[in-house]
Amino acid sequence: MAVYEHTYQPYAGRLTPLWSRFLVIPQHAYRAVFQSKLFTGLFAICFVCPLIMAIIIYLHHNVNALALFRIQSADIVPINGSFFRVFLMIQSSFAFLLTVLVGPALVSRDLTNNALPLYLCRPFSRAEYVLGKASVLIILLSLITWVPGLLLFIFQSYLEGFGWLTANLWIANAVFVGSVLWIVLLTLFSLALSAWIKWRVAASGALFALLTIPMAIASLISELFRTPWSHLFNPSMLLKFVTDDLFFYDSSSDFDPWMVLPVWSAWIGLAGFVALSLWLLSRKVRAYEVIT
Amino acid sequence: MKAPVNPVIELDKLRVTFGKRTILEDLQGPLKGRAIGLLGPNGAGKTTLIHTLLGFHKPSAGTARIFGQDIRSHAKQVRTQIGYMPERDSFIADMTCVHFVRLMAELSGLPPRAALERAHEALFYVGLGEARYRKLGTYSLGMKQLAKLAQAIVHGPRLIFLDEPTNGLDPPARLRMLELIREIRDSGHATVVLSSHLLHDVEECCDEILILKGGRIAAQCDLEEERRANKRFLELETRGASAEFAEAIASLGCEYAITGEQRLKLVLQDGVEVRDLYRIAAERKVQIRRLNYKRDSLEDIFLKAME
Repeated sequence: MAVYEHTYQPYAGRLTPLWSRFLVIPQHAYRAVFQSKLFTGLFAICFVCPLIMAIIIYLHHNVNALALFRIQSADIVPINGSFFRVFLMIQSSFAFLLTVLVGPALVSRDLTNNALPLYLCRPFSRAEYVLGKASVLIILLSLITWVPGLLLFIFQSYLEGFGWLTANLWIANAVFVGSVLWIVLLTLFSLALSAWIKWRVAASGALFALLTIPMAIASLISELFRTPWSHLFNPSMLLKFVTDDLFFYDSSSDFDPWMVLPVWSAWIGLAGFVALSLWLLSRKVRAYEVIT
Repeated sequence: MKAPVNPVIELDKLRVTFGKRTILEDLQGPLKGRAIGLLGPNGAGKTTLIHTLLGFHKPSAGTARIFGQDIRSHAKQVRTQIGYMPERDSFIADMTCVHFVRLMAELSGLPPRAALERAHEALFYVGLGEARYRKLGTYSLGMKQLAKLAQAIVHGPRLIFLDEPTNGLDPPARLRMLELIREIRDSGHATVVLSSHLLHDVEECCDEILILKGGRIAAQCDLEEERRANKRFLELETRGASAEFAEAIASLGCEYAITGEQRLKLVLQDGVEVRDLYRIAAERKVQIRRLNYKRDSLEDIFLKAME
């Protein structure tokens, strides 16, 4: 269909593989996302903590640098599970902020403009649409959580030696699993809210509320009835219990022992939130809603 | 403009229900035209039929085949060959038109470079070349319709569903849209399914029609055939016609009926041409003041189907 010909012509060229089509969505989404100076600035700030931690790891292994700054090796925070746990906590907070900026517009923009039929009339399923939208966040949040986390781990292993690597593989596992859980939860929450609340600002507020209000209510109920089970409805606390377990960190050092949920129940609670989000998404991500 | 031998769409006892409500009931039959018009009053099931063929709604019974592929079992393969222009406004407001059409092309499987190239071409083709870098939110209604058409054809589909494409367009924009539809039809590269409640639009563009009423097929006809057949029906208004003139017409083998004073209707037989009528009239000093092809218009067909 050359411009000069001005006639309708079919396309006879190569097609991209079906499995890779969902990646078209993040590719186009990033163009819009990085046009925002606020987002770009925040995204850059997200790499400050990994950079500082890389410097700390480097200092641990560089006697000359320590001498230059007149620091004793013992004065620097040790590189262990707690070090990576703190890293994950900081990066998780940034992940939440990025999600608040990007997530709520992902689906709502298409729903507001009735764009879903245009996606779904193509060889593109609802699942691929959700996967495409989710991958916008999954890729972004991975870049600031487990990817730098594992790079720091590899850096430390490289400087410390193979023995440290084999003895601390569980740290890599904790960083990866903890990050992925947080990413999945944030992604699904923001997509579900974006699908149900079409006004972006309200969806951002709802995402913030979803992670803070249940915490307040669950803590209140927990205090009143002296039961840990109210935390089943508090996704951030569920994630904390699971992450603490991954890092072999004793959660009861932060709370009264009776407030700590068994880890298996925290996993079940998280699975419940994931299932609920997927159900909410499946109700809204349709070409057309049928009211019977 | 010959119809292809194989049906484009085959309806096979297709039924669609929403809850307890039956929207489409036992639709059956092949659709073979190059441009197929879907007609029917509001709520007849035109849009639901298109949506079902696109895979948006699951049939509750029966099925349909597009280019021989079952819409139930080969939904993705079917959709690779389809373009769809929805009735309602459907776009992404924050995007420039060329970016939007490119995104749609990439989702259809075109590599990024080819998608961008085809997006530019499609926008020039529909007449939005100069406005392609403007955001869709700033477009007028007519421009949005053209942008929707561009995204429907950008990947070069073999079958294009157009749902009320002329809705809300002013007369020049409407004519332009109909011209584009005819061009696509005449290119021979794609079949167009045009759903509209505007009989004139369908008559202008389509060679086959399917009329739906209450979710059932009320009529299906090949407009090309009808047009050819109707060319044999004539209505004459004369001055000075007599019984002798009528008998002379009958002697040519034409059936006739006198419908009023100096008016008669007749059916031309094969081998008899209009000039023969003029010859007979001249020989008998009869003036033919008016001669019309008395064809059943689409409106007649539609009204009969609605009875």
